[in-house]
Amino acid sequence: MTVQPKPARAWRDPQPEIGCDDDSPTIISLCGVNVGYDDRLALEDVDLQVPKGALVAVVGPNGGGKTTLLKLIAGVLRPWTGTVEVLGAPAGRHAQRVAYVPQAELVDWSFPVSVWNVAMMGRYPRLGPLRYPGRADREAVAAALERVGMADRACSTIGALSGGQRRRAFLARAMAAEADLYLLDEPVTGVDLPTQEAIMALMADEADRGKTVVATTHDLAAATRHFRSIVAVNRCVVASGPADLVTDKDVLARIYGPHLLVLGKGIGIIDDSHHHDDPAGRERHFHEDGGGRP
Amino acid sequence: MNLQETILDPLAFPFFVRALVASMIVGLVCATVGSYMVLRGLAFMGDALSHSAFPGVVVAYIVKAPLYFGASIAAVGTALAIGWLTRQGRLRTDTAIGVLFAAMFALGIFLFSTIPNYVGDLFGFLFGNVLGIGFGDLLSLTALAAIVLASVLVFWKELLYATFDPLGAAASGLPVGRLDYLLLALIALTIVISLQAVGIILVVAMLITPAATAQLVARSFGRLVVTAAAIGALCPIVGLYLSYWLNSASGATVVLVESALFLVVLAVTGLGARLRRPEPETD
Repeated sequence: MTVQPKPARAWRDPQPEIGCDDDSPTIISLCGVNVGYDDRLALEDVDLQVPKGALVAVVGPNGGGKTTLLKLIAGVLRPWTGTVEVLGAPAGRHAQRVAYVPQAELVDWSFPVSVWNVAMMGRYPRLGPLRYPGRADREAVAAALERVGMADRACSTIGALSGGQRRRAFLARAMAAEADLYLLDEPVTGVDLPTQEAIMALMADEADRGKTVVATTHDLAAATRHFRSIVAVNRCVVASGPADLVTDKDVLARIYGPHLLVLGKGIGIIDDSHHHDDPAGRERHFHEDGGGRP
Repeated sequence: MNLQETILDPLAFPFFVRALVASMIVGLVCATVGSYMVLRGLAFMGDALSHSAFPGVVVAYIVKAPLYFGASIAAVGTALAIGWLTRQGRLRTDTAIGVLFAAMFALGIFLFSTIPNYVGDLFGFLFGNVLGIGFGDLLSLTALAAIVLASVLVFWKELLYATFDPLGAAASGLPVGRLDYLLLALIALTIVISLQAVGIILVVAMLITPAATAQLVARSFGRLVVTAAAIGALCPIVGLYLSYWLNSASGATVVLVESALFLVVLAVTGLGARLRRPEPETD
């Protein structure tokens, strides 16, 4: 992964950083991207390359633009300026090879669909109108549910599941789509540790198979533990590199700015309770018992 | 009068048979489209679109065009305008709906008030009079219903995905924006179909109540739609017989039957849930 040097910004690391195989083709490439909502700029001057097979965490404060970056790559948000190329074409062109898993808080969990239905939705875009799922689709869904360990819950309504099971049902949808690029918004938020491990082992496995995984997380510990590279955003890309990058105090300071309180001896407190511009509270983080259940 | 006569007697009247067929078709289509509306929180939209069909009806009456035609243009036009206003992101959906629907209904009342003589047909559209439906009306109603049902059948999966997870659907390549417009247009057409059966004021009940009832019992989307459609198609039978025996307004009686069924199901499921409250699992 490389970040283009921008001399205008002194704090930007001038050298290309990581660790991912330089031979791997670039899957995601953002060039000079500015984007926002209405007339408010959300992400500024983003340059980013992600190679095939990368397992990337997008970290940063609430309102820092993590989800915005994900939506840009998904092609559901158009950049104001600059270009976003995904899988060798403008974002959105190869949408059927992209699987997006939204934040749990954005999903209506009272919706009457079963785990099987949710996973089958991954097949819908490739089926097209009027065509109904056939044997290959059912096999793909069954295999995906097997891999995420939800085969025995296929008939359960999503509302009856725990937070971790819900997340795995959506992962099954992504896998059933046989996508080459996974975009996951907070996949391990509000999920217990064993489930986190299971989900991320699965994603690491997918990355090893040549799929590319980009996931947002506000949890820095989870980012260093489960991911191989990191992109830190706070209104712009403030750092990118190997996953242990965020243990660096300077990098942390860039990500969290005034919200970081350094106590010395490697102890820092991130005061991320001031939501920048998120009146809807969309990025509130629930835990297992309270998570999004009606 | 024994039971057999009670059931069979009204069927001897062609107007009653026509009304029965018409309201069953209307109930079926309304409940099917209403299932998507309930899941998307578009109940208010249904009410708004039915009211905004009114000026189209009045204009069509004045220029002696087919009333369905005028109603379709006004309702579909308003639906698309609401969709467009909302997608601009400057107004919340309910604000856009509130402004447009009141304006359109006011326009209808305004135009109506300029017609010098009393016009019975327009009252029919406001409050519904399915017993007065003619054979020609029944045919055009059936044709429009077939168009709506065929569209739902063709885009069933896509509409479901876009309703459940618009972001995921858009990211994987579904044209979510166009699907939203399609659904709005289908809602508008459904309302037009329903105008003669239940009228502008009550059509929202035909759209929402069967789906709301089905939502209390259905555990999958397929079953939700089938249950809602069954309720929507069968309630008019009970409603029409009741209105025949009681000599009550047909549209209102059908709506009351659907509402009563909703209350019964609500009470029964509420009781059932209290008896065996299922706890969601933890990992």
